[in-house]
Amino acid sequence: MAEIAIRDALRQALEEEMKRDERVFIMGEEVAEYNGAYKVTRGLLDTFGPKRVMDTPIAELGFTGVGVGAATAGLRPVVEWMTFNFALLALDQVINNAAKMRHMSGGQLKCPIVFRGPNGPAEYLSSQHSQALQSLFVHIPGLKVVAPATAYDAKGLLKSAIRDDNPVVMLESEMSYAWTGEVPDEEYLVPIGEADIKREGSDVSLIVHSKPLRVALEAADELEKIGISAEVVDLRSLRPLDEETIYRSVRKTNRAVVIDEAWPMASVGSHVAWLISSNCFDELDAQVELVSSEDVPMPYNHTLELAVQPSVDKIVRAVKKVSYMEQG
Amino acid sequence: MAKAKTKEYDKKFLIGLLTEMLKIRRFEEKAAQMYGLKKIGGFCHLYNGQEAVAVGSVAALDLKRDHVLTSYRDHGHALAVGMDPNVVMAELFGKVTGCSRGKGGSMHMFDVEKNFLGGNGIVGAQIPVATGVAFASKYQETGGVALCFFGDGAIHQGAFHESLNLASVWKLPVIYIVENNHFGMGTAVKRVSAVEDFSVKAAGYDMPGRVVNGMDVLTVYEELGDVIEQVRKDSVPWLLDVKTYRYKGHSMSDPAKYRTKDELEKYKEQDPILVLKARMLDEGHLTEDEFKKIDDGMKQLAQASVDFAESSEEPPLESMYEDIYV
Repeated sequence: MAEIAIRDALRQALEEEMKRDERVFIMGEEVAEYNGAYKVTRGLLDTFGPKRVMDTPIAELGFTGVGVGAATAGLRPVVEWMTFNFALLALDQVINNAAKMRHMSGGQLKCPIVFRGPNGPAEYLSSQHSQALQSLFVHIPGLKVVAPATAYDAKGLLKSAIRDDNPVVMLESEMSYAWTGEVPDEEYLVPIGEADIKREGSDVSLIVHSKPLRVALEAADELEKIGISAEVVDLRSLRPLDEETIYRSVRKTNRAVVIDEAWPMASVGSHVAWLISSNCFDELDAQVELVSSEDVPMPYNHTLELAVQPSVDKIVRAVKKVSYMEQG
Repeated sequence: MAKAKTKEYDKKFLIGLLTEMLKIRRFEEKAAQMYGLKKIGGFCHLYNGQEAVAVGSVAALDLKRDHVLTSYRDHGHALAVGMDPNVVMAELFGKVTGCSRGKGGSMHMFDVEKNFLGGNGIVGAQIPVATGVAFASKYQETGGVALCFFGDGAIHQGAFHESLNLASVWKLPVIYIVENNHFGMGTAVKRVSAVEDFSVKAAGYDMPGRVVNGMDVLTVYEELGDVIEQVRKDSVPWLLDVKTYRYKGHSMSDPAKYRTKDELEKYKEQDPILVLKARMLDEGHLTEDEFKKIDDGMKQLAQASVDFAESSEEPPLESMYEDIYV
């Protein structure tokens, strides 16, 4: 086991899969000669050459669509978006083409492509560059969406995403690229569609995905100090969603707080909260709580931007609320 | 505009082109009729008048390695690449025997066996995809060329600009074919375009561009043959402004009141089927009797496709959950 950063785990996944399959190639802005805006693709140009690691112009719609076409014609592209904020320019190709190729051809075509890059709030970037946009992608049947928060999951899920015959959107996080974690020396995959219990507990389930996993784990530490045993369920995959693991946890703890750094309306968090309410109604001892981003664009001011996001304090308060320890 | 050349063709080849164009014309007439009877719903964009473009282009292709992608006005291309009219009509009827199992409809004809990759319903969205298909052909060294058809309306999309630049920078074997029928839905080209000759746009991407008379199937065939040969040899993209005309409205719901009857009649005088027929009669490759026989055959084929679609099953309800993920 080596302790490596998430960006290096992602690079290992890319390197291993490119060695394994000639059809895999990477394209995006600054991925080759610049070694990646966030250094995820560092060294890959040297290893694989310009045919398989391609710098693109700043044209998200164009190169995303080229990826869709290449995937449809038999290659396995990995398209890097410098951030998901810029992916908005490419949404037509993702939603209308990648997600629909199989459907509108009546099952004749497939589109094995990975779209990846940093999603969610960073720091001091204001509203256009600090957005958690997973809701836009998870909404779409035909796409798979994964959101790892550890080095182990990042590597294993990216390898699975590259091998998947469907379009997979992989949400990374600028703030977590440097987070380190243990990664086995031998090859492994993390299957798409399986959640993971990151901490076992008995009193409340904290259901989380992506970067707020850390906040949830810190909140669990805080809760332990006041005698509350929190179980942390890391969704890892958002579509397909591992509903059974969520329900198993909630049926054990009888209380649930869902954490999501996206806005609350029509979000992964609100959907999961509804699923729990609908499927675990008899086992719940309290209403399901949602700790989301505040429903505002991200301000530049650091105090404000921290206050917008889910925090340990907000999670602890929500847990106290569902434990009838505090009036909300 | 390049004139039709005076090359010699054998009778069989010319009959083939004539037959393909008549197949499309009679099919589209039948589709319009079925739309009127509400057998076909939604958007239905007909190809009448533009037959020479798809037929002439596809005749110059090698569909074992080349690919064709187009917009929602796709029935003509589907038939030109050799799709069975029964399967195309069944798709229009939404039947399970349709090429897309009744999930695509008029705008989404596909045939992976014939390298026909649709059938795209978003204006200009097939342009990056076709560019990617050409990318894959080059990557895999298949020698294949991608033909990317789109209308004059699509040329103003950002996807056009982004794709042509990428194709030129990466030297991709793709031919961008503007099927310039002079109207983006109800809007005349000159009202929304800074230029009327789209071939000049090629210069901005350092690629060759050319204007082609799309009302003459032999001109289209010869021009495309020439361009395809160069693309195969040099792996460089091309932009062709193929001037054509659609006889019907943008879709079945469009009475086309934005143009004069005179204009329509003027174009019908250079109807691609009549132009080829006249030439063949003139050169002794066709008699009126032979023409009538072919035409009757194509009418029967169109009717047979309706009979096939009528008698086909509706897709089962549970099929809605299929063909979403591999």
